[in-house]
Amino acid sequence: MTQPGGNAPLLAVRDLKTYFVTGRGGGTARAVDGVSFELYPGETLGIVGESGCGKTVTSLSILRLIPEPPGHIRPGSYIEFDGRNLLTLAPRDLRAIRGNRIAMVFQEPMTSLNPVFTVGDQIAEAAVVHQGLSRGAARARAIDMLRLVGIPDPETRVDDYPHQLSGGMRQRVVIAMALVCRPQILIADEPTTALDVTIQAQILELLERLQAELGMAVMLITHDLGVVAGTADRVVVMYAGQVVETASTAELFARPRHPYTEGLLASIPRLDRPADRLYSIPGNVPAATHWPAGCRFHPRCPHAWDKCRREEPPLLDAGTPGHTARCWLVVEPQRRRPAP
Amino acid sequence: MNATAPLVDVRDLVKHYPSERAWLGLGKPKRVVRAVDGVSFTIAAGQTLGLVGESGSGKSTVARTLLRLTEPTGGAALFEGRDVFALPPGELRALRRRMQIVFQDPYSSLNPRMTVRQTLREPLAIHRLAAGADAERRVAALLDEVGLDAALADSYPHELSGGQRQRVGIARALSVEPTFIVCDEPVSALDVSVQAQVLNLLTDLQRRHRLTYLFIAHDLAVVRHTAEQVAVMYLGKIVERAPATAVYQEPRHPYTRSLLSAVPIPDPHAPRRRIVLSGDVPSPANPPPGCPFHPRCPHPKKNEHCRTEVPALREITPGHLAACHFAAEPM
Repeated sequence: MTQPGGNAPLLAVRDLKTYFVTGRGGGTARAVDGVSFELYPGETLGIVGESGCGKTVTSLSILRLIPEPPGHIRPGSYIEFDGRNLLTLAPRDLRAIRGNRIAMVFQEPMTSLNPVFTVGDQIAEAAVVHQGLSRGAARARAIDMLRLVGIPDPETRVDDYPHQLSGGMRQRVVIAMALVCRPQILIADEPTTALDVTIQAQILELLERLQAELGMAVMLITHDLGVVAGTADRVVVMYAGQVVETASTAELFARPRHPYTEGLLASIPRLDRPADRLYSIPGNVPAATHWPAGCRFHPRCPHAWDKCRREEPPLLDAGTPGHTARCWLVVEPQRRRPAP
Repeated sequence: MNATAPLVDVRDLVKHYPSERAWLGLGKPKRVVRAVDGVSFTIAAGQTLGLVGESGSGKSTVARTLLRLTEPTGGAALFEGRDVFALPPGELRALRRRMQIVFQDPYSSLNPRMTVRQTLREPLAIHRLAAGADAERRVAALLDEVGLDAALADSYPHELSGGQRQRVGIARALSVEPTFIVCDEPVSALDVSVQAQVLNLLTDLQRRHRLTYLFIAHDLAVVRHTAEQVAVMYLGKIVERAPATAVYQEPRHPYTRSLLSAVPIPDPHAPRRRIVLSGDVPSPANPPPGCPFHPRCPHPKKNEHCRTEVPALREITPGHLAACHFAAEPM
């Protein structure tokens, strides 16, 4: 675990704006609209939000995997890695980083595996491309990786095709693929969402163990605050294309400062606290083509007043170091309405 | 316990699927997939049974056979005292008015070419419940009941959010005034904040109309908030069945225990004693001999007996059933 502030960030995202032109005169979807955060060496950073908040587009933008058109990353956006801006890197230089020093695991393992190649070939591919491994060495490396991610009988499994594996095994293979070049950063986008709860527990435990063994930084993108609570050191909460709150995990769960974070926490059905009725945030996530004026959460916020409808709050210092929240309540706490 | 007869009484439900056949589909079936293998439960009127399990456990097959969306292989399902599986087609159709289903994915269960109004009027027409202005009034009342704006009546499914679509799915189920609704993972595809809205709506509707629910979920935390009784399925069988509080406070089956421990708790300070099961769920076409859970079972007393003898689902304490040889002993 690494505390922010002590050393230099490994990756710094500055004012990232990724927009999409939508068809049929729908206008421009500002999917990611000015996002900034840092990832420090060795830490696990949770990026949390509901569908449409921009968390996946953020992660795809870091590796420049956004299809252009319809998407485009706005000038002025900046993603610093190793002293360079990933967004202006030549394709050749970018390829040397992608899959090698920064790797990614996606939600649905079946769609990130090629059905006509053996898992061994797919795991070794990145090592062959980036490190020029021979055929024999590549196969040996693939077997090592399968063993590392806990697949029994790796010498046989290396020749299996994806359809011969269960969902949990496939996700292990995808993780092995991502880690084959020993990346400094692993971006995991909802790596357990498509899995059953007992398999989810296996994969989370595997990621935890691998991070400790390999010392990489992990960016864990998820909609599940329960997953974040058990794994992340720090959390970035996103809503409507923006970061609305950042804090250490302990601080965020103990003292959430943004009403959206509070609402999310309160609406989770909990095993340890059964309730007759769940808290629910009223309304729906607005469309990315029409973000509300002022604070983007104000139409759903129980505390909103006229200032919130007019002026967009910046990320404000929320007291403890490293804790920020995009909410006017931070500077005008007397406006908070008591819970009904 | 309620002294009156239960509304739903399922007895030894079996659903086997013949597996792929050799010789271009002409030969003998190779193996039988035992999707549901002798499941029994009852649900009292106005109550909710939570049916929990992982993918492949057979929970959705139970729901579908119960409504005769697929034909059962064996067993009986009494609804208001009559066996659903023995009804002739005419009576089955009449019964369908009383039993409805809400599906997991509201997008694929709504017809993309029908507006909300058409979707809600269709069952009214099929069951000859209302027509013309009367049907319009019913549609307006249904939309109001599920918390949808009347202006959405002329929208198509693709114009609605996931939560709104699921409300339409619920309104469609309610339109024929059923007494029993199967909720097949109704909130699994929804975001957390919307999930809470839909769960609260289902609770309100149940109270208002005294509905009986079979609530199917893979998430024990969601069921915690909805069900009075909980049944846990594994490989086509119920391995534990009890009042909800008993299942959560004193789970007797090691599978239930590990399921509970695997649920992520949104509290970084919560004591975490995750029991991580090794391996995957075996195929229901080739279940292990003996206790179906034994290859993954973390129970310290697991022995040869577990590998050979199928443990019966038996009563451990009054109303609390578990299918484990060691269920009666403290952990």
